[in-house]
Amino acid sequence: MSTTAAFIAYSVLTLVTLGAALAAVSLRNIVHCGLSLALAFVGVAGFYILLGAEFVGFIQLLVYVGAVAVLIMFVILLTRPDGDPQPFTFDRLRRALPGLGIALAVFLVITISIRTSESLRAGAPDDAGVSIEALGHKLVTSHLLPLQITGVLLTAALIGAVLFAMKEDNN
Amino acid sequence: MLTLEFFLIISAALFSLGFAAVLTRRNVIMILIGIELMLSSANLNFIAFWRFGPDPDALTGVLFVLFSIAVAAAEAAVGLALIILIYRHFKSTNTFNFSLLNG
Amino acid sequence: MQLEASHINSHATAPPGRLPPAVAIAIAGIVLTGAGALLNLKAPGILLPAAWEALQNPSEAPLLLKGGLLDYLEQGWISSPFFLELASIQITIATLLSLFGILFALTSLVERKVLARIQNRYGPNRVGPCGLFQPIADGIKMLIKEDIVPRGADKTVHLLAPVVMVVPALLVLAILPYGPGLTPVELSVGILFFFALGATTEVAVFMAGWGSNNKYSLLGAMRAIAQMISYELPLILTALAVVMMAGSLSPVAIVEAQGGYSMGFIPDWFALTPWGIAAFILFFIAALAEANRSPFDLPEGESELVAGHLTEYSGFKYATFFLAEYIGLFAICGLAVTLFLGGWHAPLPVLEFIPGYIWFFLKLFALVLAAIWIRGTVPRIRTDHLMYFAWKFMIPAGFVIILAAAAWHYSGAGWLGWIIATPIVLLPYLILARGLSNRYATSGRTYRFSEG
Repeated sequence: MSTTAAFIAYSVLTLVTLGAALAAVSLRNIVHCGLSLALAFVGVAGFYILLGAEFVGFIQLLVYVGAVAVLIMFVILLTRPDGDPQPFTFDRLRRALPGLGIALAVFLVITISIRTSESLRAGAPDDAGVSIEALGHKLVTSHLLPLQITGVLLTAALIGAVLFAMKEDNN
Repeated sequence: MLTLEFFLIISAALFSLGFAAVLTRRNVIMILIGIELMLSSANLNFIAFWRFGPDPDALTGVLFVLFSIAVAAAEAAVGLALIILIYRHFKSTNTFNFSLLNG
Repeated sequence: MQLEASHINSHATAPPGRLPPAVAIAIAGIVLTGAGALLNLKAPGILLPAAWEALQNPSEAPLLLKGGLLDYLEQGWISSPFFLELASIQITIATLLSLFGILFALTSLVERKVLARIQNRYGPNRVGPCGLFQPIADGIKMLIKEDIVPRGADKTVHLLAPVVMVVPALLVLAILPYGPGLTPVELSVGILFFFALGATTEVAVFMAGWGSNNKYSLLGAMRAIAQMISYELPLILTALAVVMMAGSLSPVAIVEAQGGYSMGFIPDWFALTPWGIAAFILFFIAALAEANRSPFDLPEGESELVAGHLTEYSGFKYATFFLAEYIGLFAICGLAVTLFLGGWHAPLPVLEFIPGYIWFFLKLFALVLAAIWIRGTVPRIRTDHLMYFAWKFMIPAGFVIILAAAAWHYSGAGWLGWIIATPIVLLPYLILARGLSNRYATSGRTYRFSEG
């Protein structure tokens, strides 16, 4: 990909991802928050693809947009928020100020440390992409144990989630 | 020319937005949304460091993100089941209403 | 009476009987482009030889025609290589869109005709010869209908839902191999791309259901999402068996792995192996559920949910949903052809003179016809049966198929493979489908006749 095209893609993805993330944390209607979160996940998947990790990008789309975001929206529908979304007031903003201040401070500290670090200025070595074959080979040789533990974890999570969400009436 | 810091700053912004949601919102689902955003930003960091790192052929960052996505999916499923359980018990998703252990 | 009046006033009404401006602009654009192309005198000199060459060499025809068009553009209109590449992409997109648009129109007519024949009716036969222009009439009807947005609807989400629905449905067409060298985008993770984009349609269904602010819409959307998530698993499991056997996630490599004939005339398609035929049947069932087709169309079961998540949609937005559903059906049938039915390969060696893209579309159309046939003959199943079927039968069967594929591979993919893999597929099928489901076991039918 040429430098200009990469830069244009980067700018568009930045706008989409950060805009959607901002909407996801700040909108008052919680369903809109969930939908914006899905869009933010799409943007992050776009970043993965821009960075050459297509496989991870599509896995992100499959798992996060297709499953996690939809799951969140299911739960939003299964739980009813307490009353209508409250209107914006300066009082509520004032109560949120400490939290916002801390988050802003975290952002500033990370950004300043990134900007002042010389070693992060380097460009990419060359056009590296993920070879699916190498990835699969690594998964079943050097990373076999983590893979199996992930399988156990997912099974446990599946059973646990079903047990949690089951009706309590049959005691 | 895109360098590593471009992506790190995006990731930092995503993390801070998620962090702000966790700190300021009262709805449990909104807190979960914030956590998901923070996890995504961590994954983005892994991919960026893998891409710009000295040895992209080792695929360490990609493998880590794959496992991280699997764990995040499990976390979301269990977390949302917990939210449903809490909602059934307290009839509310507002964190202020389930502070039973708060002296 | 008063209620009705206020109801009408709440909608944004367009003056009836006038051409919408967008349609007028589109017609003017087509007329102007056509006139411009006719006036350009260079066009015949370049385009006619290309067309003649394409006629002589039909298997290469699409590429030759595109090359001719690009030559013409290079000499007459565009000089920058960047824009030339852009034009090349645009030609591919336009061809695909018009091709699948025509297929969509044709299928909507064929579906109504075939269903009518199954139900002992004539079907549409008024517009044009044998009702051939019925799709055009339907299209015009859809486009000039009033666009109704419910007053309590979330207007942004309601508007965006059809867009979010149709974009992934069109995007997945890009990775299907239509013929040798005729893959729009040769992606190394094409199969994953297909499923990843297919998963995003669930968000669109949710948006449609929630944005309409209607209980039927929301219930229909919840059902549709639960169904799509459940049936995505067997879909991916059966595709995984094929990916394992072909050793690649690229659709082109999967089709190439199915080339050739054993014993001189039996094609080496994956559907003609013991695990492959089971996988193909499972895949097709799951594909019907994924495309919300009958007998799994209960998100839109009229008798209980009006029209599911489409209840509050009308006019152009409804047409967009309709288009997205059909394109989704074509795409998933195209994927089935790619994965199991050998893609562009001919079924017999003597038939290889027919170009590959014709075979691809013939197979695709055969699968679409099968879907229509199933719609005409199988009754809609109940929603709890649907979920049981997915989780208790299809997913275990998907795992069994992966096992059988491995057994087939390691026993040499020949007669020994048949002997070993067939029981691995059949025994669990008998246990799962016959043994465990004594709930639906049929007892002897008793007839009661009226006496007298």
